Parts: sequence; C-alpha cells; structure tokens
Amino acid sequence: MGDQSRICSVWLGSETGILKGVSVSRKQAFNFCNTSHLSRDQEVRGLCWGDPAESELLVGCVDGTVKTFSVEKGVFTDCRRYGEPADGCFTGLATVDGSTLVTCAESGTLRVWREDSTEPVTEINAGKNVCRMRQSPVHGNKVATGGKENGLKIWDLEKPEGPVFTAKNLRDDWLDLRRPHWVRDMAFIPDSDKVVTCTSYHQVHVFDPSTPQRRPVLEAEYGEYPLTALSLTADGSTVVVGNTHGQIALLDLRKGLVRGCLKGLAGGVRALQCHTSRPVVASCGLDRFLRIHSLEDRTLQHKVYLKSRLNCLLLSGRDLEDGAEAADGANQEVKEEEEEDEVWDAMEQVQEKGKQKRKTTTQEEEEEEEEEEEETQKKSKKKKKRKRPRDI
Amino acid sequence: MDITEVPTNQHGKCKKKKKAKNKSDSKEGSGEGSGVEKMEDSVAASSFPPTFSVSEIKNKQRRHLMFMKLKQEKRKQKLQLKKKKKKERKALGDKAPPKEVPKTIENQRVYDETTVNPEDEEVAFDEGTDEFSAYFNGLTNPKVLITTSDRPRGRTVKFCEQLATVIPNAHVYYRRGLALKKIIPQCIARNFTYLMVINQDRQLANGMVLCHLPDGPTAHFKMSSVRLRKEMKRRGKDPTEHSPEVILNNFTTRLGHTIGRLFAALFPQDPQFIGRQVATFHNQRDFIFFRFHRYIFKNEKKVGIQEMGPRFTLKLRSLQKGTFDSKFGEYEWVLKRHEMDACRRKFQL
Repeated sequence: MGDQSRICSVWLGSETGILKGVSVSRKQAFNFCNTSHLSRDQEVRGLCWGDPAESELLVGCVDGTVKTFSVEKGVFTDCRRYGEPADGCFTGLATVDGSTLVTCAESGTLRVWREDSTEPVTEINAGKNVCRMRQSPVHGNKVATGGKENGLKIWDLEKPEGPVFTAKNLRDDWLDLRRPHWVRDMAFIPDSDKVVTCTSYHQVHVFDPSTPQRRPVLEAEYGEYPLTALSLTADGSTVVVGNTHGQIALLDLRKGLVRGCLKGLAGGVRALQCHTSRPVVASCGLDRFLRIHSLEDRTLQHKVYLKSRLNCLLLSGRDLEDGAEAADGANQEVKEEEEEDEVWDAMEQVQEKGKQKRKTTTQEEEEEEEEEEEETQKKSKKKKKRKRPRDI
Repeated sequence: MDITEVPTNQHGKCKKKKKAKNKSDSKEGSGEGSGVEKMEDSVAASSFPPTFSVSEIKNKQRRHLMFMKLKQEKRKQKLQLKKKKKKERKALGDKAPPKEVPKTIENQRVYDETTVNPEDEEVAFDEGTDEFSAYFNGLTNPKVLITTSDRPRGRTVKFCEQLATVIPNAHVYYRRGLALKKIIPQCIARNFTYLMVINQDRQLANGMVLCHLPDGPTAHFKMSSVRLRKEMKRRGKDPTEHSPEVILNNFTTRLGHTIGRLFAALFPQDPQFIGRQVATFHNQRDFIFFRFHRYIFKNEKKVGIQEMGPRFTLKLRSLQKGTFDSKFGEYEWVLKRHEMDACRRKFQL
C-alpha cells in the first residue's frame, strides 16, 4: 500500500468516499478507502496537504469528519470530527504551518482548529451559502470566502472581528436592476494582493485589495454556463476556468480575453489545478475521468477513467513523470543511448530543416534530446523513433 | 493540325493500352507545343508505371464510357474471384477455412473504457446508492406525469395519450404555460416519481425531457420517427392495464447503465405476465428504439409477436445531475457533436 501511494502524483476525492491516487507515468490508479464498506456520507468534499512536505493528506467528508492519510504508509492514520453535518459540507480546507487546520462549511462558519483541542480556537461567520474558501499561498493567515449572494471576503485569521476586504457588487445594469452575484471559486494571484474569482453568471473578476476600489478591477466573461472551477497558472498571467458543460478555457488576465479552450470533457468540471512547475493542468469532473492537458498547445496528454464522480483534485508538487524516472532510472537511459548510437551511425547525415515544435514532452525525451543536440541534429528522424504510445 | 485528328474508333480498340491512350489524350487535350513534351514524358516515364486515370479525359462522353468500362471490368474480376473461392471451398469440403465475418460498424466499435464490468465493486456500489436506489430497492412505485410544451397540437396530444396507456400509472396533464421549475416541487409533493415533457415543434413531437423526481437526473433526448397506433400495420387491440415486461438491450457503458436504469424505473417492478405485453428499449449506435409488443407462445420454441402501441426513436443529448435546471444545473454528460461524432465507430451509450 505504501509503495502504491508513494508513486502517485495526482490525488482525487470521489463521491463514493474513495480517495484515489493516480500515477500518471505508470498510467495506474489506486483506490484508498478507510472503511471496508463504502457509504455515501463519506463523500469527499475537501482535499489539502497536511504539511508543506506533502507527506500527509487531509480529506474532508460530508459528515464533518476530516481524515488524515499518510502518503508514506498508504493508510488513513487519523479521523477526527471537525463540525456537525448540520453546518453543511466542507467548502474549504487549509492548513497553517502544518499544525492548525482551517475549515469552512457551507453555512459560513469558518473555524480554526489546533491539533490538541476539540474546540475551535477562532470562529468566524462568513455569511450564508459559502461556496468556496481558499487560502493564500503566500500568507498562511489570509483566507478568502465567497458564495451565493455572498461576495468575496478576505479574512485575516488573527483578526477575526471582520474581513480585511469585502468586495462590492457590480454596478446596476442598464435597467437599474441589481446584478445577481454568485461566487463559485477564487484564487490568489502570486506576487501581488490581487484575487481572481469566477461566478455562476459566467463572469471572471479580479479584485485588488490594495486599491481603494472595492469593485472588480477587471471583468471578463466566458460562455453561457456557470463557471465552477478556477485555477491560476504558475506565472500568474493566465487563468483556467471550467463550466458546468465541460468547457475549459484559458483566459488572459491582462485584458480578459479568451486565449483558447481545452477540449475533451463531457461533463461538468468540479476541480481544476495547474501544476506548479510544468505547464499542465489537471481537470476532473462529473464524467468520471481525470484529464491532463498541456497548457502550451492545449492537447490532451493523459486521460484516466476512475469509476466514480470526482469532487476534488490535488496535484503533488513533484513532477508528474517522476515515478518512472526514480524506478528505472539509469538502466533505461544507458540502454537507450547504446541503441541510439548504433542507429545514428547507420543512418546518413541529413541537414536539419528547422526547429520543430514538440507536441508531447516527457522528461526522458527532454534529457536525451539535450544530449543528442550536441551530437547530431536529426531531430525530425528522432521524433519518429521516439513515439511512445500515448493513451488518449 | 494533324496532331488533333484522331479517329474515334481508336479509343474503342486500344482501351487497354495505356501508353497509346496517353499519347492520344495528350494530343487531344493540350496544344501542339506541349504535345511534344508529353510524348517525351511518356517515353521517359515508361520505366515507371503510367499514372493515368480516367479523370484526365476532357471529353465527358468518352470519359463516362471509359469509366463504365472500368467498372464493368472490376465487377467481372470480382465475380471471377468469388467463383474461384467458391470452387476452392467446395473442393476442400470439410477442411475449408471458416467463412470470414463481414465487418460492420458494430463489429468495429472502438473499445470504450467506461464499459461496465459486472464484477466491479465500485461501480456496483455507485449504482446501488445512486438516485434510483429507492426504486430498485422496492421502496417507491413509479408514478409518471406526462406533459408537453405549451399549446400542443393533434399528433403530440394523441402521442401523449398513447404513452399514458403504455406506461402504467401515468397521468397526462395539459401544460398551461407553466414553468417546469415550478411544476417540479408540486409533483414531488404529490409523490410523482417522473416528469416527462414531450416537446413539440411544427406539429411533430421532437424532444423529450425525462426528469426523475425527488432529486434525480434529468435526461434530454431528441425524438424522431414517432409512429402513432393508427399507423401501425397489423396492429390488433389496444394495450390492457397490465404492467408490461421491460427489455433493455445493449446499454454497456457507465452512461448507458444510467440511462437504462432511468428507463427501467418508469415501469413497476413486478410485471404481470398474464398481460403478455413487453416494452423494449433497444440501444444501437447511440440511438434508443422503443417498441411495444404483445407476444404469445405458440409452442415451446415459437413465439408470435404483434406490435401495438406507439414507437419512437430517441437520442440522448444531455444528462444533468439534479432536477431540471438548464441554467445552473451541472451536467454529467453533454453531447458535443464535433468532438464525439467525429469517429464513426465510437459510441457513448
């Protein structure tokens, strides 16, 4: 069990209560379950890393329990109750410094728990109908909440009296009617104070708390269906949004224009996450598939069928192709180099026609190509040899 | 000028000789200057197989003639091949290799990874606790409300009435321009389990929205080929009040399973075999064919069936989680024509 969980690079929570780990490089999916029999009230609603070293996962369920899963051992180590089911499901889980846990339920109660006590240290009421709570990656104390008719509020956990920033609704429209407001997901933009949110009225807003303007700084629209999930790319200039019809789009945050769409999903998007170092985005949703798209050319790289509807997604910080590397490592590289040397010697020299755009990249390909570049310039022929079957 | 003078019989005679054809065509089709080049080309190109095709002849009638001759030749060759094979088969007798199975689209279907494996526990649990579990565990009885889009016309009204006789415990109500979102809470209060809305366009029923009631999925279908009872040949008497048996064919993938259960939950769980009626939902190539028959066993091996009742064809357009909410509902599956219908051999249900 432990070795299965150690190679998993993507973690997903499903509606049946099963925690799924997927190893993208090995193309294998593993189920991890707490109890011997499954039940629907163990449905996973929140997932987050237990500590910055990513050795523990915190799984929040519908009935208010939070389970700890150890990645090293591959088993659930702890299960504690952090709220009543009457409060609603978890809409956000976050950890501060690895020991304190911040939970937010649908009824708006934001609680901070310490490891030793069963009573919350701080309790904040974030309004009714909260849809999502997210933590700022830079300042562990700052969290943002938003929901139906409940605008974006940024809270500082050390000052629980009131929010640091409350967003104002948009101006009334041309008929002087109040605009409806439903924040579904938000993210903190790195290197600045700004927060980007997506709403069920197919809008994407960027708020800047450092300016006195409480209305959105940037407004963008995409599609005709509610946007349910949002994720920022690693550089912070593009945002990936998904809607209930399974359409995923890349929006540019400088002007608010649509850069492109990712195809393939057939059902509503429940969770999206961009990888921190590589330009890939993982998406999961109601059609029971995990899909990994590349952000540069918007092609589908991996598609894995997981038999239940998926609720949340978490990418591990290390590289997606890490598993195979660590396992086979040196042997494969040496063997392939030998094979290639023979092949290159046998072939005649051909002048390189020009740089070819690489569609699918793997770590091994990159490394070897870097080596080969110095030796020969036959990239085009090399591509044909290197084609590994990719499952689409 | 003499280059262009070619007697017409030449075509009839030397149709097999491609080189000669080349020369004659080049003489007819192009001018004098290029004629010389083409002659040279044909001489130089004699070492490679001549790439002449019928489409290069500019004269339509001659081209047509040549094409017909080509086709006849191909057909003759095919027949000869068949005869030869048959002779060989006869000669071998018992030792002949088995007959090859012809390729059909269903044979060539791309393997779908969501095909349900009957022993899969996770899928079994998922199905066992989904929105239909109340019906399949025997806790609720189906009660169907059939209605139409606003202001229905003759055919649709008759179709709804006939559907109500086919589905036991079904009630037809006139839609007085009411919003579906307002009808649904009232239906739930009156213990209905299904809401079926037949959409009409230009006096023809063309769509169906099937919503499972307490909190269940909503399926939107495109309906075509609707035939009423009076259009059925050799129809027989009207269906009786007995609950029919239900046959669900060929719902193999996970999505297919959900839709199959959606249809199964329309009918009561215990069929009355006395009535000898059966409703069939047959899925083929993502189209679902509905037929309603009455059967009688003549002896142990022979059955006679008589089709009665309406027949229609459905194609799934979207499956939405939750009751009808097209604006804010989450879709579990949406038909995206350009992505999903691109491959002829890939099916979703």
